[in-house]
Formats: sequence, C-alpha cells, structure tokens
Amino acid sequence: MTVAAPNYELVQQDGLETSLLEVSMGPHHPSTHGVFRMDVKLDGETVVDLKPVFGYLHRNHEKLAENMSYLASMPFTDRLDYFNSMTNNWAYALAAEQLVEIEIPERAEYLRVIMSELTRLVNHVSLVGFFVNDLGALGTPLLYAFREREKILDLFEQASGARMMCNYFRFGGLRCDVPDGWLDRTREVVDRFPKFLDEYEKLLCENEIILSRTQGVGNLSKELAISAGITGPMLRASGVNYDIRKVDNYGIYERFKFRVPYSEGDVGDCYDRFMVRMLEMRESIGILRQALDGIENGPIMGNAGKVFKPQKSEAYGRVEAPKGELGFYLVADGTTQPYRYRVRPPSFINLTVLQDMCIGQQVADAVIILGSIDIVLGEVDR
Amino acid sequence: MSEPVSHEPVLQHFPDVEWDDAFGTLIVPVAKATEVATWLRDDEAFRLDYCSNVTGIDYLDREFKEKVKNEEGKTETVIHTDPARMEVVYHLYSMENRTGPLVMRQRTNREKPEAQSLTAVWRSCELQEREIFDLYGIHFIGHPDQRRILMWDEFEGHPMRKDYVEPFDYEWEPTPHDEILEKHQKGTVIF
Amino acid sequence: MSVLGSGIFKGMAVTLKNFVGSYFDKERLTTNEYAWQANDKLPERAGDYPKEEAEQLSDTTTVTQYSRNFPMLLHDAGEPMDTVRCVACQICERECPPQCIYIEKSTEKKERSGNKAQFYPATFDIDVSVCMSCQICVEVCPFDAIVMNSQFELSTPSRFGELLLRRDDLLKSNDYYYKIHPEEASARDKRIADEKAAKEAKKKAAEAAKKKAAEAKSKSEAEAKAKEEAEAASKPTEPSDTPPAESTATPSTEPPATPTTEPEKEGSAE
Repeated sequence: MTVAAPNYELVQQDGLETSLLEVSMGPHHPSTHGVFRMDVKLDGETVVDLKPVFGYLHRNHEKLAENMSYLASMPFTDRLDYFNSMTNNWAYALAAEQLVEIEIPERAEYLRVIMSELTRLVNHVSLVGFFVNDLGALGTPLLYAFREREKILDLFEQASGARMMCNYFRFGGLRCDVPDGWLDRTREVVDRFPKFLDEYEKLLCENEIILSRTQGVGNLSKELAISAGITGPMLRASGVNYDIRKVDNYGIYERFKFRVPYSEGDVGDCYDRFMVRMLEMRESIGILRQALDGIENGPIMGNAGKVFKPQKSEAYGRVEAPKGELGFYLVADGTTQPYRYRVRPPSFINLTVLQDMCIGQQVADAVIILGSIDIVLGEVDR
Repeated sequence: MSEPVSHEPVLQHFPDVEWDDAFGTLIVPVAKATEVATWLRDDEAFRLDYCSNVTGIDYLDREFKEKVKNEEGKTETVIHTDPARMEVVYHLYSMENRTGPLVMRQRTNREKPEAQSLTAVWRSCELQEREIFDLYGIHFIGHPDQRRILMWDEFEGHPMRKDYVEPFDYEWEPTPHDEILEKHQKGTVIF
Repeated sequence: MSVLGSGIFKGMAVTLKNFVGSYFDKERLTTNEYAWQANDKLPERAGDYPKEEAEQLSDTTTVTQYSRNFPMLLHDAGEPMDTVRCVACQICERECPPQCIYIEKSTEKKERSGNKAQFYPATFDIDVSVCMSCQICVEVCPFDAIVMNSQFELSTPSRFGELLLRRDDLLKSNDYYYKIHPEEASARDKRIADEKAAKEAKKKAAEAAKKKAAEAKSKSEAEAKAKEEAEAASKPTEPSDTPPAESTATPSTEPPATPTTEPEKEGSAE
C-alpha cells in the first residue's frame, strides 16, 4: 500500500547515528482543526510515515439517533459539521423523505437551495481563510473571510433563529418561512459578495509564497481519488468532473445553470484544491441569483403528517455538501425510531488518503495538506 | 436522481448471488464477495468504481407484525420472524457512467461475524470497515490495518450492537428520564 | 509570475486599501459593540416590568428579535399561575432530543381565569446546561405554551444550581414575549386567534345546521299540526290558526348564540 516506516532505510552519514523521530501532532495542535491527532514518523524534516488517530470527539451520534424519533435527530445533525448545518439538515431530510411520499412545496425547494448555497459560501470562504492561516498568513485573510461570513450567518439567524445550529429543515419542507424583507437582504449580501471575492483573489491567488508552498504539494492522483471515495472539491481538484448536484439533480438543481469547476490534469495538489473552492464560490453566487429571481410566495411545508412513521424500508439520501458527499442511510422498521441510522461523513472518508499524500513531504507541508482536505472533527468522529 | 443500475447481469454472472426485492439489494455470499466486487468494478457495463458508503447493521431475532390484505380484501396480521444476523452494506456508484446506486450486502452470523474486506477493491472501505469492526465487531478478512478507530483501544464491547449494555457510569442529573429516573427514585444513582 | 514578488505587493495593496478604508468608510469607522444596539425600543421600557424580567429585557436588547436561546413558559396577562398556558401534557418532555425537561403533572385541575379548569405543571424544570436550543419543544406544543427566550447572560458558579431553571423562573408574560420577539409573537397570536375564530365559526356552523334541522323539524311538525288542526277545524265551522303561527315564530326569534342543547329541548318540549 504505502511505504511503512519499518521498511524505510535511513541514510547513514559517516560517523553519525541517525534514527527516526516519532512526533505526535495533536490532538491539541492548532493546525488540526479540532481534536485530531497524527502520529508522524520523521526522518529529519521529511514525513516517512503518518497514522491518523480519530475518536477524540466521538459521541456515537448514530446510536443516539437510533434511540430517538426521526425528528429529534434533526438538531443533532447540525452538530456534525457545525460549519454547514443547513446542508446536513438537507441530507437528512432528503433521506427521510425517500422513506415516505412527501410532496415538497416549490418555495421550500427554492429556500433549500438558497440556504445550501449560502452555506457553501460560508464554508469555502472560511476554509480558504483557515488554509492560508495554516500556511502562516496569520489573521488577515481569515478575518476578511469571517467579516463576510458573519453577514451570511446573520441571514441564517434571521431565518432560523440561530447562526450555526440552524435546525431549519423539516421532512417535507422547512420549519418556518423567512421573515419579511429577508430575500432583499440576501440579495444585497449576494450582490456584494463578488466584490469581496475579487479582493480576496487579488490578495491570495497570485501571492508567490502561497504558490510556492502549495503547488506540487500533496499530490493526489485521479485513480486513487476515485478508488478512495474522495468527494467534493478535493475530487474535482484531482480532475474528476463529478458533482452530485449535477449527477443526482436532487431538489430543484436541474433548473439552475451552473458550471462545475474541476482541474484539467490527472493529479491535484493543494493549490488546485484551493482554487477549485474559489471558483465554486462564483458558481454558487450564480445559483443564488437565479434562485432569488425564481422564488415565489407559497406554502413552505408539505403534506407531512404529525407523526413521522415510515413503513419497513431503507433509503440512502446524499447531497453535495461543501466538503463532499454527505449521505444518510436510514433503515426503517415501521416504528417511530430508525432501526439503523448511518451518516456517511465526507471529511472522514476524505482522510483515507492523508497518509498517501503526506509521505515524502516536509512536516510543515503535512499541516497544509490536512488543511486542504477541509475536515471538521464534529463530522469525522461523530 | 442518477440512473439506477440493473442487477440482472450480476445474478446471471454469479448464480450464488441473491436479490432481495424488499430492500432492493444484492446479497453476496461472504466467500465470493471480493470476486463479485472486483467484477462489478471492472466490468465494462457496470464500472462501479466508487464505493460511497459502507455500513454495518445488526439484527436481533425479532418478530414483525404486518397487516396484509388477503384475497378477500380483509386485513390479516401476519407475523414474520426476522432472523438474527449481521450485515455489511455497500452503496456503489459509477463515477465514469454517472450511474448508481447498487446496494450490495454481505450477510454473516452474530456469533462469529466475519466478512471479506473490500479495501483492496475500493480504498474508501479502509476507514469505514475499521469503523464497523470497532462499533459492530465484524471481523474483516484481509483488512490491512484492523484496529479500533473511534473508541479507544482498551474499550470492551461493540457499542453499536443492539444488545450492547451500557456500563453504569451515570452521574446525578437534575432532569432524569427512563432508567435513570428509576435509579434516581430508588436512590441508587451516584451523587 | 512576471516579476518576483509582484503578487505579494498586489496582496499588500489590498490590505493597505482595507486599512485606509477603515478610516473613511462610514460603516467601519466606529466599532459597534452590539450590532443590534440601535434597536431603541427596548431599554427604557424595561422599567415597566417586574425587576427580574426588566433585567432580562435589557439583556435581550443586545441580540436580534430572531435569535433564540432557551425555552420559557408563557402566561397571559394576570397572575402567572392563574393564566399559565401549559397543561402539563408532557409532549415536550417526550420529544426533547437531549431530554432536558422534567415535568410533574398536578394531581388536581385548577380553575383558570377565563378558561375552564385544567391540569397545570406542579414541577417544570429545564436543565439549560443540557438544553441545546433546538426549539423542538416549541414546535410540538399544541397549546403554544412554550416559546424561546433570548436571554443569554446565565453564567453561574454552580452546575446544578442556577442552571436548572425551575417553573417560576421559566414563567414569562406574553407581553415580555412581544418585547423580545415582536414579529413571531404577533404571528403566533394571529394564528391562535384565527384558529379560535375558525373553531368558533365551525361551532356556529354546526349549531346553525342543527338549529336549521330543528327548525325544519319543528316547522314540519307545526305544519302537520296545523294540517291536523285544519282538518279538525274543517269539521267545526270556526278555523283557528293561532297555534301554528306561534309555534313557527318561536325558533326564529331566538338569539343566534344559543347553547347547543336548546333547539333539541325545544323540539322535545313541543
């Protein structure tokens, strides 16, 4: 599979004794985006072996969900990937809606698209900030990003009551309608966003330090990316044109015109992953504009009954979350509680290739590679 | 939704493989799992190169009551027995043809659960099978690195099994429910 | 990469622009500690409330009217326990995802001002150290009795003391609800009024239908009676049409809002 450390041969210098250095990066390392640990074996500055260690934030979300009603799991899905609670809600609602026949009203579908694209902006803009933060650009780009993110979180708060733990989607629609004037405020934010993106690109994309530290670092080949189930911007950076919004056309995505940015080569490096996210934000703005033009008044809740009690069946619903394919697999046994509830977390499965990408790189680059995968530990450990 | 994959050719090619119509899933015998998986990945018509989701399910011996309409139009209660078993479920997609999903299962017993590891076929199974090993205790034959992943190494038992009994480590809480409430009323809760 | 370092200088120009801009851009000139402090409706009105509610009101002025924090129990104007909407049905306790609500139902019903006697929560505890502000209790409540508060300054030195909100801490007036969530409160009250009106209209319609039936019945009875009487009267020479006229007139002069049992009684009386 990969070069294991015991087989690694140290270069012996004359008269000097050398040995591998084992370093435990994390769980409280600022670059690990939470409580994640990498057991790294180093030969000088070069990473020889890397073993990810998970589970510091494990709370067995799946077991909890199997012991409560379907609806009661909805607020817990917010806490998986706490940056993108709206898309988490959508994936869960999508899976549950497959278990029973629910007609989703038009306005709810539009609002779902608007919410999830706003979420994508929030995620990508702050991810880019964190990523350059890992590179050593402390503060400035991240705070510029957070300035914009805050405006979108205000919109979330006005719609759902909470900035991050939105808990906004319901089986068959949404919990409540957006307040008066919300769509105008959203349009204002969306219209100002490209200006910020221009500034942001000017700030980062041509910066020689970023170029030299990210290009050719953390290479991931197309074949490995597909085989390892990598999804989202990371897959597209490796040259695969695969976006679940296009493939599955869930919700009403077939009504919107947008392009899927992906890299041309067969190998993706950290710079590709960074740029794919920058380009994806532009497309999200395009979708948001179309959705804001298309939305009409109407009901926001479908014909869902008071008690959600599906027949014996199973369903797998997946959405293109900002981090990749987020799937929910539900097995219903005819009661009000799911018999099996499974989350397919994108950032957990994207970590499969961390070892392959890091071996042979410098230890400082391992931090960037981890940053470019875009993980959130709430989702990795569940 | 993307185009679903027809399961018929699999049944023709592998007579051992069964099709469960109720859940829409292939049931692959454990011994043949790697062979079927490799064929599904490499066959020109299928090209299921992307294994999205791997998960375990634990079934205890259970009886289901189902109301069925008989020929005369009357509803009858039929009791099904659901045998105890463990399953590993794979959701397969094709990135090349943009089709999917095809659901595939390996079925095994509960006493000594064993399944074929498909990590060699799809790398994405690596961490997910480790997770199933950790939480369900299903042993994957041929897995390169089978250790606990989410629970700590010294942990005993497999928490996602349906018959798993949680250890008694509750603290006092002001709003008790269910079994904690019982213990609370009996006064057996640690303060 | 034309000139080495040109990208860096471009980036630095952006930061310089932002730096200079912060001295000229009106929006960024001053730091507003709480972006929503401009909401001038609340602070001075807080004095009209009981001390504790007033403190909380001034606290909630720093957040938007849309934000939610922990649940509270609503009561209408008047003595809290006389007008509390909660009837201790325990649906929220069952549905609460982190199981942070604890309710004990009263053993006897209690007279409510303006309403019929109902059960009330003898104990109603919310452990806010467990609560995750998901609002599911609000959604499942059939009586609109529990809504979200937006007060957030709850830090205390003890784990089980002040973080366990008791029933009397949770009781808040509907007025207070209007102050912290004006839009939501008016929408909710409108919905309640609509539902009530719809219910009443339905009741009225049912009543009217019943009355109509009773009327038709009494009319047909009266007609039959009149016919009988007419037949009877046809034998004697003097016809008397007073009893049928009287009997048809009685139901129509009745006021519309009669209790449901009355038309039946009347019919049977006849």
